[in-house]
Parts: sequence; C-alpha cells; structure tokens
Amino acid sequence: MNYELICGLETHVELSTKTKIFCSCSTEFGGEPNTHCCPICIGLPGTLPKLNKAVVEYAVMAGLATNCEISPVSKMDRKNYVYPDLPKAYQISQYDMPLCKSGWVGLSNGRRIRLNRIHIEEDAGKLVHDRGNTFVDYNRGGVPLIEIVTEPDLRSIEEVQEYVEKLQMILRYIGVSDCKMQEGSLRCDVNVSVRPVGQEEFGTRAEIKNMNSLAYMAKAIAYEFDRQVDLIQSGEEVVQETRRFDEGSGCTEGMRGKEDADDYRYFREPDLVAILVSDEMRKSIQKQMPEDPQKRLTRFVSDFDLPEADARLLIEHRRIADYFETAAKGAKNPRAVANCILGQMFARLGTEAEKEQFEVAVTPEQLHELILLLDSGKIRMNLVKSTLEKMLDTGKPAKEFLSEQDLAGMSADDLKAVCEKAVAENEAAAADYLAGKEKALKAILGSVMKATRGRANPQEAEKLLADIIRR
Amino acid sequence: MEPYGIIPKIGKLLRSKEISCTELTKQYLHSAETENKRLNAYVKLTPEAALKTAAEVDRKLAAGEELSPLAGIPMTLKDNISTNGIETTCCSKILRGYTPIYDATVWDILKRQDAVLIGKANMDEFAMGSSCETSCFGGARNPHNTERVAGGSSGGVASAVAGNLAAFGLGSDTGGSIRQPASFCGIVGLKPTYGAVSRYGLIAYASSFDQIGPITRSVEDAALVYDAIAKYDPMDSTSSEKAQPAFSSLGKDIKGMKIGVPKEYFDGVREDVKAALQNALKVYESLGAEIVDFSMPSIQYSLPVYYILACAEASSNLGRYDGIRYGARTEHYADRDEMICKTRSEGFGAEVKRRILLGTYVLSAGYYDAFYKKAQNLRGTLIRAFEDAFAHCDVIAVPTVPMTAFPLNFTAQDAVETYLTDICTVPVNIAGLPGISVPCGFGGDSMPVGLQLIGARFSEPALLNAAFQYEQAARRDVFRAVETGVVL
Repeated sequence: MNYELICGLETHVELSTKTKIFCSCSTEFGGEPNTHCCPICIGLPGTLPKLNKAVVEYAVMAGLATNCEISPVSKMDRKNYVYPDLPKAYQISQYDMPLCKSGWVGLSNGRRIRLNRIHIEEDAGKLVHDRGNTFVDYNRGGVPLIEIVTEPDLRSIEEVQEYVEKLQMILRYIGVSDCKMQEGSLRCDVNVSVRPVGQEEFGTRAEIKNMNSLAYMAKAIAYEFDRQVDLIQSGEEVVQETRRFDEGSGCTEGMRGKEDADDYRYFREPDLVAILVSDEMRKSIQKQMPEDPQKRLTRFVSDFDLPEADARLLIEHRRIADYFETAAKGAKNPRAVANCILGQMFARLGTEAEKEQFEVAVTPEQLHELILLLDSGKIRMNLVKSTLEKMLDTGKPAKEFLSEQDLAGMSADDLKAVCEKAVAENEAAAADYLAGKEKALKAILGSVMKATRGRANPQEAEKLLADIIRR
Repeated sequence: MEPYGIIPKIGKLLRSKEISCTELTKQYLHSAETENKRLNAYVKLTPEAALKTAAEVDRKLAAGEELSPLAGIPMTLKDNISTNGIETTCCSKILRGYTPIYDATVWDILKRQDAVLIGKANMDEFAMGSSCETSCFGGARNPHNTERVAGGSSGGVASAVAGNLAAFGLGSDTGGSIRQPASFCGIVGLKPTYGAVSRYGLIAYASSFDQIGPITRSVEDAALVYDAIAKYDPMDSTSSEKAQPAFSSLGKDIKGMKIGVPKEYFDGVREDVKAALQNALKVYESLGAEIVDFSMPSIQYSLPVYYILACAEASSNLGRYDGIRYGARTEHYADRDEMICKTRSEGFGAEVKRRILLGTYVLSAGYYDAFYKKAQNLRGTLIRAFEDAFAHCDVIAVPTVPMTAFPLNFTAQDAVETYLTDICTVPVNIAGLPGISVPCGFGGDSMPVGLQLIGARFSEPALLNAAFQYEQAARRDVFRAVETGVVL
C-alpha cells in the first residue's frame, strides 16, 4: 500500500524590532550574558509588561503579507510552565484570540498552504552549560516572536522546504525578520503523520521540535515518514507524542507522550489590556508595506518585459528588486538592466547573504545613465558591458570611461567610408562571399566593428557591406 | 471645616518652623522603635533614608524653597511595595534578603515629594490573609487593644497609622486589605478605582484585583495622598488617565445625594456593627442625603468568584519564586528540580500554599470551564449589577467588615470561616470600584467599626466628599485617638 505524507508547521520567527516585546532592552543577537536585561525582562517582583507597539505592527505586516485576517480585537494570555530560562514562570503569548487568522502561502505548484493563525509572544532566555554548572542568560528573554501555524496542508518534503523558503522570503521582504535559521531567528516544529493514499482521515501525528535547518528538517521528515509507515505496516500504532531529531544518527526519538504533555493553564494576562487594531491602523500599516513579492513578480514580467525566470531572480531579494526598479524605470531597454544585474553583478556576489546585502559599487542611478546611452544608440551592448565592469571596479560613473569618440555616434557617411575601406582591405573574403560563402561577410564585419570600436550598428554595417560587394 | 487632617497639621508645624523635620522624624523613629515591640507594625525601620530626607526638607525650609504637600511627612509603605535599595519581602521567608533595584511608581512619586519613609510595614504573607498573622514576622497588633489583630493584609500600615507611628501609609487592597485593617484599627482606608493608581512595583498577588491606596487618620489626609499617587503611569498598561483629584471636592454640599443600601450586605452582620451602621445612615439623613434601600442578589457570588479568580492569578504570579535569581534558596538539594521544589516548600507559608494549590487547580485542564471560566462570567454579572445600582444611587453604604477586630489566632483555626469575613469588601475589587472605610463608632467590645462607602468607577471626588461630610458631622462620636506613639 502507498502512503501519503501529511505535514503541518509551527514556525517561530524572531521579529527584528529594535527593542524587546515588553521593555525597552535591545534585541540584538549575542552580547555578554545578561547585558540586554532590565527588571522587566528578568521578571523581578512587581514589574509589569508594557507592549511594544512595533511588535504589533510587524506582526500585522506578517499577517497581511500572508493573506491573513487581522483581528480587530485580540489579547495576550499567560502560558504557565516552570523552567529556569523563563523568569516569570509563564510566557506571555496568545492563546484563543490571536492577532492574525486564516491566511495562506502559495507554492509554485499552485497549491495554497493555509495558515491557521499568527500570534505574538515573548522568547525565553537560554541555559548555558559549563563545566558541570548551568547558567542562565536572559538576553534573549523577551525578544518578540511570531508563531505561524499552518493547517496540515503540506504533502511532501519539497513542499515543506518551499513553504519555509517562501515564508523566509516574504518576511525578509517586508523587513520584519532576518529569518536566519542558523542563528535561531526562525525555527520550526514539524507535525508529521501518514495515511494510505486515498484515505480522507488523518493519521496520528508526531511533533518534531525545534528544527533549525532545512536539510535536517528534510532528513527528520523522511525518517519520521518511514518510521510511521513501518509501524502501521507491522500492525502497530503511531502514538501522539513530541519527538526530537538527533543530528548525529539522523533519527527522531520520543521526548514525551500526550499523557505527559504539559498543562499550561492558559488564562488571560491581567497585566495587559486588549490589543485593538482599527481599520485605519491596518490600512496605514498596509500602506507602509513594500509590494507583495508575488505581485511584484507579475508586474516585473508585464511592465519590464522580463522573462519570468529573470524576474524571479530579481525579486528574491528586496534590495535587488528595488535596485532594478530604480535603474530600469524610464529605460527603453529594461532587459539590458536585468542582464547587467543578473550577469555581471551576480558574478561578483558569491553567496545568498551577499546577494541579500547587495553591496555593489554602482548606484542604480549610475546604471540607469549607462542604459540611457544604450537606449539613445550612442553606445552598443558590448561597450555597456566593458564600461560597467570598470564602473563596478571603481564606483565611478560611466562618463569617466567613455571617450568623446565613443559617445559621438556614427554618421551614415562615416559608416559607408569605413565599410568601403574594409571591403577593399579584404578582397579575398569579398570574393568568397560573392561565390556564395555567406560566412565570409562576418570576417569583414569584424574588421568594421574593430575599426569603429564597436560603435557601428552591426545589422546596418552588414547590409552595407553586402551592397558594396555586390555593386 | 474641622481640622482632622494630620498631614496639613504637620505641614503647618514644619512651615512655621515650630519643629524641624529632623526632630519630628527622630520622634517618629524613636516611637516606632519602642512601640514596635508591642504592635509589630514595622518589619524594617529605615532611619538612614528617613533622616536624609528630613535633612533635605530642613534645608529647603531654611532656604525658603517651596515644599510639596507631602514633604517631610513621616509615612510607611506596606512591604509589598518595591523600594530601591531597601529590602522588600512581602513578609515571606521566600523573599528574605531580596532588595529591589528599582522603585515602585508610587514610592517614586512620594520620594520626589520628600515624604519621609519611617519603615516598611508588616503584612500577611504576599497579602494573603485577613489578620496580618500569616506574616513570617508574626502579625501586627491592634493599637486599640493588643490582644486583637490589626487586620489584614495591610495590618502593619493600619497599626502604624492608628498607633501614631506614621502619619499615613500606603497599603494594597486585593479583597479588602486596605479597608478591613482600617476598619479594625478605627482609621480611614481608601481602595481606589482599579487603574487609578499605578501598580508598577507592587509585588503582585492577584493582578486584576490589586490596587494601592492610602491608609490615613482622616478623609482629608486620604484625599491628599490619593491626589498625589493617582497618576497615569505608562509603566502600568492597566493604569488610566481618568482619575480626578479629590481634595478640591471636599466640603461640597451632599443634600439630595442618594445613598444606596443593598440589604444582602447586612446578612450575617453582627448586631452591634449593624447598629453603628444604622447610626451612620441617620447622620447622612440629617445631612440631607436620601437613603435608598435596594437588593443586589448577585452579591452572593462574590466570595467564590473572588477566591477562584484571585487564587488563579496568584498561582501564576507566585510561580517565579524558585530560588534561582533572588530571595531565599534551600540549603541542600541534589538537582535543579529538587532545589526549586524545596525552596518553595520551605519558603511559602500554609496560607500561600493553599491559595497556590487552589489557583492551580481551577486553571487546570478539565476544571477551567467549571471554575475559572464560570467565575469570569459571574465577575461580569457583578460588574453589571453595580452599574445598575449606580444608575439609581450616587454611593452605596455598607459595613466594611461584618464584625470588629478578631482576637489573636482566630484566623488560624478555620480558613473558610475567615474567608467569609471578606464578604463585604471583595465585591468592590471584583468590579474594580473605589471603596473607602471610615470609622463609624464602636462595637460591644469597644473595638472600632467601619462604614464602607462604594462609588462608581473614578468617582473618588464625590466618594471622598461623602466620607468627608460624614466625618465632619460625626467624628467626635465615632473616632477615638490612641494615646501612644507621636501625639501632636
């Protein structure tokens, strides 16, 4: 019997607000232990949380970018559990009235992965084990998180990976998180179950906690799929439980079963008032948001006449898309702008991180000027390329590298004179062409282009050469 | 206006230089030290800070600088109000040795006014109790009779103020903890509207009920202190901008004022207490107020609603005391879990444990709907019942406590019996309303009886004026000063 994989994801994303969710401490990653702390985020007796408005705004942005409904009224709740990294013995989170509900993220195969909710909450501190002692670092305590919960809509490892990548792209794009899995600013809990193909009913799920790499996630899901199918085929039952992925062995192992599950004793956080998001507030957040990357892709294809593959590469990182748009706006040849970025500029950027930063010596305005020279016919593409190369090396504008002569253009008479001279100097080739060797003409064209330092229009020159030889 | 306020009186003495602030402070410190053996009102005296502030007040007086209304006034804070650099224990073993690194907003306000802190006052452990006897330091005694309790949980503040060991104090009131000890000690206690006074720095018992307020010798004093501390605080999200100053309203005519008297509040009230209340209502009638008898049947739900919700919040609020970061830690333990478990077992007293267990239970999966959720719904019912009541009356007049001060060790005998004595005070906290207790005579045991006036949300100006009018008319018959401590 064939089995189908069913996955649902709970993704925790650290928001990149400057300050923590309930106090004004810095959210910066790292730092000496317990230096980004104050009485509030270490939960000293008598302190009260104060909700950071920026956290609500960022979470609303995340909700809008993933097609969620934004709740006009939501509230914070306490999730009670005891652990030394949680200084109040409760985490302030959202239980039954999350900020965002019912969204979706589209995949390239056309499927929509439904989001059940996005809620805001505080991160916990970190335990540090050293020479048999355990220390607590509360720097991360109170860093704002959103938890994005999907419905069990994912059907393959590829879909899971694409979903996470898509989420990363969207959230980075709108600037609410850097989504770095290796630094823990994006981590996933994966719910995995299997069912015979064609069966409606879901199987019993296991939850794999705290995945912080896409590669491990793929391995963990693959392992879990096999484990569950083996169990069912050997007549055993899958039990609902929380599992951990062991990176060394590539296996998942049980942590605790359903019956040992914590009772978090959720109740409304009495120290905070309800969170109200008015229509005006939602609209003004919407206005501040950058264009949705999917819409931007469609627009790039139609407005700039780009092949979809090129447009996709451009929009993947918001800085690149913005750069392209500034350079291409008003240009007759936006494809040339895209080619400059995807060709010569990308050649200089090795990693995805470098692409994301997109630090290039040439400003989009400088590239725009260069392309305008191409548009007006003053220079040709080969000269664009060599000039851009020099600009990228130095950061200087195009004019620095183009002589008067380069920019002078060519009159018809000048071109005719150069062509006549070239035919005269290449008698043998001219004869070959007359004898029917089409290719011979290319050799003569080459000397024309060389003589004009590329300023000649090759189509015009070729036509002219043929006329001269036949005459 | 009869001058019953001690704060204006001390202010005059200081400004006229009849006594220096340092001299006055020394008198209070000396009395506090000697009388404390009898009253156990203070758990910590703060002479250094007090004399430093006093010297600053004297300097300002000498320099002819303007003084704040509360400058130089000797006062006390309940030991659950955080004081930077001064140990704050909630009278619990678990917080022994804990010294806050920040000031509660109310203390910050009073400090800026140069109020003189004589010491931190005794209280029931984590404000859980009605007699002050759950304090790990032992209970505070009643200055009118030291064989009686001062009440709770703000028993230390009430004992210090009634015993003339402080001119005023700040307590906290979650289910009656300001009004009940004020009633027992024959003084004034105001529990402000929820949100009128910042809770920032008040070590939480039950966050949606807790409110800081003044315990004073007169209504005039209460209004002065209330006006100083009722300020919007951005550090407390539940704090409000709606609070209005009350002092300027004192003295307004109350002719035609409608005073509602819900009959349910008088069920089970001791006859001598009832009689004192009846006399108080007669005084109001003589002042031209109209007494409106009515019924509030939903009051019967108050105690279960209060104990379910307050304990639920407490079970969460007190989770942080684990011995890891501050306070006491058990001496011997094998691992982390044992350390936390033993620290809490040794650190918390029986009443606190009882409420943590009760609160944990009512929030647990499977019980939440039957207890917590139901109590939340009934809280809404009670809020609406008061709204309806205030549609046809201006204030409500009821007893503060159905009896006078308990004998010592009364509350240790039966927890539920003790909980029942909170019946008249908890509805105010459930509905977030302001309530004030003013002395209204004496019981058969010659212990003080308190009249409780309840107002609509943020009606403190009218509420304090109603109390003030009664005080002006009846003080001579219903108030008895204690002759120990600093008698001015």
